[in-house]
Amino acid sequence: MLEVAYATSYALLRPFRRILKPGTKMESLFVFGEKITKRPLFDCQMCGDCVLHSTGMTCPMTCPKNLRNGPCGGVRPNGHCEVVPDMPCVWVKAWERSSKMPSYGSGILSIIPPPDQRLVGSSAWVNEFSRISGTPPDGWE
Amino acid sequence: MKSGSRLERVLRSGRFAVTAELTPPRTTDPEAIYDHARVVVASCDAVNTIDSSGASANVSSLAMAALLTRQGHDVVMQLTCRDRNRIAIQSDILGAAALGVRNLLCLTGDGVQAGDQPETKPVFDLESMTLLSTARNMRDKGCLLSGRAIDAPPRLFLGAASNPFAPPHDVRPLRLAKKVEAGADFIQTQYCFDVDRLQSFMSAARDRGLHEKAFILIGVGPLRSARTAEWMRENVPGVVISDDIVSRMKGAPRGRQKAEGTRICVEIIEQVREIPGVSGIHLMAYRQEELIPEILNAVGLLPREPDGESSTRPLETSGSTQR
Repeated sequence: MLEVAYATSYALLRPFRRILKPGTKMESLFVFGEKITKRPLFDCQMCGDCVLHSTGMTCPMTCPKNLRNGPCGGVRPNGHCEVVPDMPCVWVKAWERSSKMPSYGSGILSIIPPPDQRLVGSSAWVNEFSRISGTPPDGWE
Repeated sequence: MKSGSRLERVLRSGRFAVTAELTPPRTTDPEAIYDHARVVVASCDAVNTIDSSGASANVSSLAMAALLTRQGHDVVMQLTCRDRNRIAIQSDILGAAALGVRNLLCLTGDGVQAGDQPETKPVFDLESMTLLSTARNMRDKGCLLSGRAIDAPPRLFLGAASNPFAPPHDVRPLRLAKKVEAGADFIQTQYCFDVDRLQSFMSAARDRGLHEKAFILIGVGPLRSARTAEWMRENVPGVVISDDIVSRMKGAPRGRQKAEGTRICVEIIEQVREIPGVSGIHLMAYRQEELIPEILNAVGLLPREPDGESSTRPLETSGSTQR
């Protein structure tokens, strides 16, 4: 369901990619839009380098260690976080959900490069379409 | 050979490897560090130096590695992402390699909440997976994350951790595969107290051929008492100890619990050695390092075969602490 929403949003926004530029009024609008939609839906941390579709539509930045490549070895026997004992591990959820995602589910198996920390607080959609995010550092693979 | 370290040579020659963890002391006296290390280094192929163990300040992993490397011992330097950003991490990798460190264990690290200063700012700019890739690129492509070239790239045998005993269990082999893809040459696991669980993990790893792409060393260690067992499973992230083990420890009279813990450890090593795809063990005897020779003797893993060439040339430095 969320996967379909992602794919639809991508398809709808793609034609407007020319006007989706960082530093514009349009970006401010998108930042606002993402805050009011992605925050309640995913507890989005506004990293600006969104990989939700590769992580079972579960925000990996809510992991206290900001892990973007799978669960750490500290997951408690009840499936909760080692750092915040009351919180179910983000990655336990991510893996369950990704197994139900036919199109993007396998993304969880690929290695996600380190995030660009300059993008924190900016619009992930604008970064995506202006190819600012998703480009790993030069020395990466 | 990627690094030429003793550990790499032992593993590539098909011998069953033994690594052991050295609890970092809270001291600045190098003699005390050498005394503390003596029993451990004599019994294993390589010794792990811990990076701020339990998220508490100790002698740094890099300094411990440098001190032990000077003496000609093979070291597995543990490096975590909790306390340093990507610049510091790459600098430490270069510095460690310059000091003669040849094995690097790439870890995310426990959260700061596990330590004695939970008010600390956690970093986690990289994580184990991206740290592994970064170190591999530094070695194989000879460049930093920025793409900038390194004059003499580090020669490193790269390690990663795995915890087959923590949920989600079916994900653990997949995550191991990812670490191997990211560059892990060897794996050291969390404490094994559940051989059945390990069997199914190893079988999944073998199905994917992971045991042929990376050497898998299984974490083992003696429990000091029933109370320690209960404390560890409550408080040490990632340590899973079954009720069976705890009740077996409780069943032993108070004065005999330490011996029972050692016996359990020996039994587990004997079972683990029989599992196809297991290349060695990683001993973690927290504050009971003196038990390591006894345990290894009991399973016939001592003495370690002498190794012709020294893995690292002792540094030509002056200083009273050099040996």
